[in-house]
Amino acid sequence: MPIELKSVTHTYSEGSAFQATAIRNVSLTIEDGEFIAVVGHTGSGKSTLVQHLNGLLKPTGGQILIDGEDLNAPGADRRRIRQKVGLVFQYPEYQLFEETVAKDIAFGPKNLGLSEDEIDARVRRAMAHVHLDYDKYAQRSPFELSGGQMRRVAIAGVLAMEPKVLILDEPTAGLDPRGRDRILGMVQELHARGGTTVIMVSHSMDDVARLATRLVVMSKGELVATGTPREIFRQVDMMESIGLGVPEAARLCALLRQRGVKLPDDLYTPEELRDSLLALWKEAHPC
Amino acid sequence: MLKNITMGQYYPVDSLVHRLDPRIKILLTIAFIVAVFMVHSLVGYAIMLGFVYLTSRLARVPFKMLMRGLKPLRFILVLTFLLNLFFSGSGEPVFQLWFITVTAQGLSQAVHYSLRLMFLVVGTSLLTLTTSPIMLSDGIELLLSPLKRFHFPAHELGMMMSIALRFIPTLLEETDKIQKAQMARGADFESGNLMQRAKAMVPLLVPLFVSAFRRAGDLAMAMEARCYHGGENRTRLRVLKIQRNDLLACATMAGLILLIVAEGLLL
Repeated sequence: MPIELKSVTHTYSEGSAFQATAIRNVSLTIEDGEFIAVVGHTGSGKSTLVQHLNGLLKPTGGQILIDGEDLNAPGADRRRIRQKVGLVFQYPEYQLFEETVAKDIAFGPKNLGLSEDEIDARVRRAMAHVHLDYDKYAQRSPFELSGGQMRRVAIAGVLAMEPKVLILDEPTAGLDPRGRDRILGMVQELHARGGTTVIMVSHSMDDVARLATRLVVMSKGELVATGTPREIFRQVDMMESIGLGVPEAARLCALLRQRGVKLPDDLYTPEELRDSLLALWKEAHPC
Repeated sequence: MLKNITMGQYYPVDSLVHRLDPRIKILLTIAFIVAVFMVHSLVGYAIMLGFVYLTSRLARVPFKMLMRGLKPLRFILVLTFLLNLFFSGSGEPVFQLWFITVTAQGLSQAVHYSLRLMFLVVGTSLLTLTTSPIMLSDGIELLLSPLKRFHFPAHELGMMMSIALRFIPTLLEETDKIQKAQMARGADFESGNLMQRAKAMVPLLVPLFVSAFRRAGDLAMAMEARCYHGGENRTRLRVLKIQRNDLLACATMAGLILLIVAEGLLL
């Protein structure tokens, strides 16, 4: 189910004093099975961009094609699209409302009009995906869980729709390192095993470096670059000029290269850097 | 969809009306409300409309935006009109069908009440559109401060108002976000009968209340951390002073009221 954006523009409150263009002329094609990370500074239009992908926002210019169908054509079934393209908002735990975790997760499937058995099966599967024990948590109130657990419940609520494309808007914001690793591990698993297309909005270049197959770099509402992490992170200057930076390892690599260390210019994970440095050291000290 | 709510929203441009002293603007709004109640003919309403239009031009607020403030009230407006039309007034019926009776008095009352309601909303929207929330609550606090002598909590009231006003846009934004999040989970807020629609609000209202309480707690803590202890001995960043334009505005309002009175006596 490829998603194609054709010069999409979105202007908020057009024609009033509050007018602001959030994204301008963005063209992008997302293929099945990709893991895309949308990166950009605060206010670069990342969130606006992803809200277009399931029809929550209508572009003020341009087109969005899902499976070749115009999402905003009159008569397009946006509710069906929203089932296929799941969107997890920033701080999704603030949207929980039901008395029990199970009921909250069942909200989405219920809106799809599924049978009780199917709903129950989906709730169990979704909870397993986010590593929450059904017997332990299903009947508890979501409001008495910890922040990280609440977020997992909220993500499970979207997963229970069993979308083909999963969009996550800063899923790790405000979590401690352990909570962050949990969520990222979960997302990676969904992508690797479930074959779900994942689109993740993120601030953290280090998270992105480990997970994404492709980066989409946004700056001031425009798409400035797209490519594999390797292609993007070698452009240290470009990334720093738009206030983003690169993973720590890529930065260290760039600094070492400036000092004349003969490293390749496209290293961006700590492991790669370590291996290259060790290889260099061994070359210099043959024993 | 929530962006259409104009009531209580500030329109940030610079204009003569925006720069008026908030105290004067509040008093003038009250005077305007009084004037609305003094109008007894359609000519009077036309004069009021002209005044509102000119003020909105002067304030550089689009007239359309001002009128959009009436949209959320359309239900109340229609209800007011119909109730007065059918159930008030006595005398000769002008129109009769089965159990429905419309009298001339009822008709004029219906027109009056709904026009009054519209002007009340538009007049107060003019105040809030041209006065930033901070200025507004400053103005109210200062206007009420003479009552402090009778242990009236003017400062506390002003503070409560500015906090409430401050959170309107935040809560609207939050509502928009939660609504979208639930729509992403297949929620439907736009179709179904009244009962179904009311039920569809639960997934919206529960998170909204939870977050409102959380925000209130956070704000209280932030205020205490900065040693807030009421208004005693507090000085102000902006000291308000009555200027020439304020007096001019007062004179204009006096002129409007005179015009309305004269129109009532002559016509």
